[in-house]
Amino acid sequence: MSTATVEELAEATAPDRFWNRQRRLGAALVIIGLIAAVIFGSLAESATARFTLSEDAEGAALSINGQFGAILFGIVTIAAGAALLAGVAKRWQTLLLCLGIVFFVLSFLCWQVAGKFLPLVDTVSGSLELALPLILGALAGVLCERSGVVNVAIEGQFLMGAFGAALVGTLATSVWAGLVSAVIGGVIIASLLAVLAIRFLVDQVVVGVVLNLFALGVTGFLYERLMQPEALKYNQPPRLPEWHVPGLADIPVIGPVLFDTNLLVWLALVLVFVVHFGLTRTRWGLRTRAVGEHPTAADTVGIRVRGLRYLNVLLGGVVAGAGGAYFTLVSTGSFNKNMTAGAGFIALAALIFGRWTPFGALGAALFFGFAQKLANYLSAVGSPVPNQFLNMLPYIATIIAVAGLVGRVRAPAADGVPYVKS
Amino acid sequence: MANDHIDITVEPGEVHALLGENGAGKSTLMNQLYGLLQPDEGEILVDGQKKIFRSPRDAISAGIGMVHQHFMLVPVFTVAENIALGAEETRGGPLGWLDRRRNRRDVLETSKRYGLPVDPDALVENLPVGAQQRVEIVKALTRDVDLLILDEPTAVLTPQETDELLAVMRSLAETGKSIVFITHKLREVKAIADRITVIRRGRTVGTASPDTSEDELAALMVGRDVSLEVTKTPADPGREVLKVSGLIVDDERGVRAVDGVDLEVRSGEVLGIAGVQGNGQTELVEAIMGLRAARAGKIELEDADLAGRSTKQVLRAGVGYIPEDRSLDGVIKDFTVAENLVLDLYDRAPFGNGFALNPKAIDDSARERVSQFDIRTSSAQSTVGTLSGGNQQKVVVAREMSRPLKLLIASQPTRGVDVGSIEFIHNQIIHERDVGTAVLVVSSELDEVVGLADRIAVMYRGRILATVSPDMPREEIGLLMAGIVSSGEEEEDSK
Repeated sequence: MSTATVEELAEATAPDRFWNRQRRLGAALVIIGLIAAVIFGSLAESATARFTLSEDAEGAALSINGQFGAILFGIVTIAAGAALLAGVAKRWQTLLLCLGIVFFVLSFLCWQVAGKFLPLVDTVSGSLELALPLILGALAGVLCERSGVVNVAIEGQFLMGAFGAALVGTLATSVWAGLVSAVIGGVIIASLLAVLAIRFLVDQVVVGVVLNLFALGVTGFLYERLMQPEALKYNQPPRLPEWHVPGLADIPVIGPVLFDTNLLVWLALVLVFVVHFGLTRTRWGLRTRAVGEHPTAADTVGIRVRGLRYLNVLLGGVVAGAGGAYFTLVSTGSFNKNMTAGAGFIALAALIFGRWTPFGALGAALFFGFAQKLANYLSAVGSPVPNQFLNMLPYIATIIAVAGLVGRVRAPAADGVPYVKS
Repeated sequence: MANDHIDITVEPGEVHALLGENGAGKSTLMNQLYGLLQPDEGEILVDGQKKIFRSPRDAISAGIGMVHQHFMLVPVFTVAENIALGAEETRGGPLGWLDRRRNRRDVLETSKRYGLPVDPDALVENLPVGAQQRVEIVKALTRDVDLLILDEPTAVLTPQETDELLAVMRSLAETGKSIVFITHKLREVKAIADRITVIRRGRTVGTASPDTSEDELAALMVGRDVSLEVTKTPADPGREVLKVSGLIVDDERGVRAVDGVDLEVRSGEVLGIAGVQGNGQTELVEAIMGLRAARAGKIELEDADLAGRSTKQVLRAGVGYIPEDRSLDGVIKDFTVAENLVLDLYDRAPFGNGFALNPKAIDDSARERVSQFDIRTSSAQSTVGTLSGGNQQKVVVAREMSRPLKLLIASQPTRGVDVGSIEFIHNQIIHERDVGTAVLVVSSELDEVVGLADRIAVMYRGRILATVSPDMPREEIGLLMAGIVSSGEEEEDSK
């Protein structure tokens, strides 16, 4: 009897050795590749799918037979998965994984676009624009959480930022005044978060949720009582100007995306680099990470733990507030009740999916932006795939990330733990 | 009150030992000296000048460094980053751009100057504890300290590593640095200290010279005569109670922690497991208790297979368990003493009927145990968190030894426990052996294992390197703990 138990035990646990992370990912890729090749391939029309290099149906295009493309790219995905299954050197793993996912998406696109067209420039710049608040929100999260303060209040910071930008931007008829007020709006929420979490040691997730509701209530009230009755006077901020960089803007695809766009895009992309190098290469960054990982150790070498956490939470407020400006100064041009509609939470997901790093957050935000843009496209062309499925993607991706399928996700060790001297 | 009017003077170039039991107030005193805690009264003089330390920053600038009992190192940082932290070399300018090359060079320089080898590029979490401690010392030394405080530095070291550390302390003292060495281990104090200050219950109870005998020091420390030796009769081993064979266990990171362990414990004997902390002892015990899944191997309790059983089933099969981390696994601090005493049997008669508890039975039994096990508490209704460490441990011991046992597993049974309670707990363990229970004692304190055990299994990197007699010289056991098997030794677990 007892031997049987041991053998069962050995059987139940031993496959883990073989089914390591690489093989599990490989198997997953093979399965989705099969889905792509068989299902997408059989459903796809045998008609030309055109990917135009412009914002509409005109101009040069990359064309491929939809059915052929769906099957071909599905097979490439299977190949990438098979390579992972067979076992390759560690440095190729991430590349193969990314390639597999990209080709799966391509296969899906070939199916959907067969007989139609997809404007590439519009897709890329639209994805970037939708990703914009997510990038800024996730960066704000990086700043807070690497110093050990959980920031669930990104949504509230967005709302206050968006509201401040609309109100002050309209009153001052200056987009720059609007931008500054957005930052102040973000900092107000951030300072409440900082004081409650760092000074009064309130549970940080609870504080975050409360601040989100607070921001929703305050902006909703003022919107209904102030803005809605007199929209012209209070709710018509100027839009952020688009910058057309002569010469560079004429480069195909990249030009219109990067060099014919608004200031906020540039700000977000530059900030990614600034935060990355700040965290990894400067004294401030080293200390911030130390405070987020092991605050007692930081204290014993003379670092002011609470002071540094205050600084970082407020810096996060600045960045998230600027992200809020996107909604009123870039996207719609006026404030609306609860207009952020959960973007702050998707930014939080991007932060986790991006493993608390600036470039990870950028990648995750772009991926989420792309999923959103694709959902919009599909509903516009009347695809049989319900766009709600694509809207689910950010959340599914985050669950997968948190479940540890895409490498080990490790939050800063002291994230969410208040520092109290013993 | 943790400290009550303590006076202590440390001269340049001396090794000053601060001797006291756990909870006597040694660490509190030193945390005040290091600016982590503020004294209510009294003053600190450095080189004759009065100083006020509001934070460690002030203490560091006054030339005081400290190696804490729990290392103050960021696990995910490199050695160089940890040492630089707080005193970073930068390339100047407002950005504070780190000068990694200079930070690295500083580490290597200090490391070379004092003969403390460290690899500046290694991640701290990948280093063994001995190396982490060197990093801590180098960290203090790069800050040009005149006074170095070492708080229980030998708790995590093998006897050989301890000897090396003592040599380092001696050579540092010879360069004119003062060293405060906090410990409760008499042997080490006698080996290194120039002067000894003994602290008991927050008061200085005396200073002694290193030639004071261990018994006298212990009496000073505890306040009464204590016997440091465990007195026991020779064991009378009977039938085989626990048999573990080919056990393989992984830790939570998936790293192999127990790598093919075979052992057996007979009734009426104590098998001690010696080894430096982190060599798989924790995982071994947790696997036996059903707290951690084994990857392979057999665990048998008198022919019944324990593998795959739940912890409750293991306990009910007649196993008593004193866990290594009392506050995490041993007691629930917000529960009363009485409640903690029935955590194992709350659902059984007479304490419960499967639906409701029987408060009277719980109270009666608690009162009885409190007096039987000498638990010093104001009442059985006090929460366990208000008790001293030693009395909390007695609650655990009382609970586990009140069931009929076939096997008792005691993991670090006296960690953080005062000497008086240590004596009591050791006697209880020996008593349990004498009534015919098989006992497995795991401890990283070699003295404890040698004192209690009838046979000693030395564990190193998840394997049992050898099973030896407690009469074997300490040095040889120490070598085994460091993984060194001498040629004449019969290696049980040949690879």
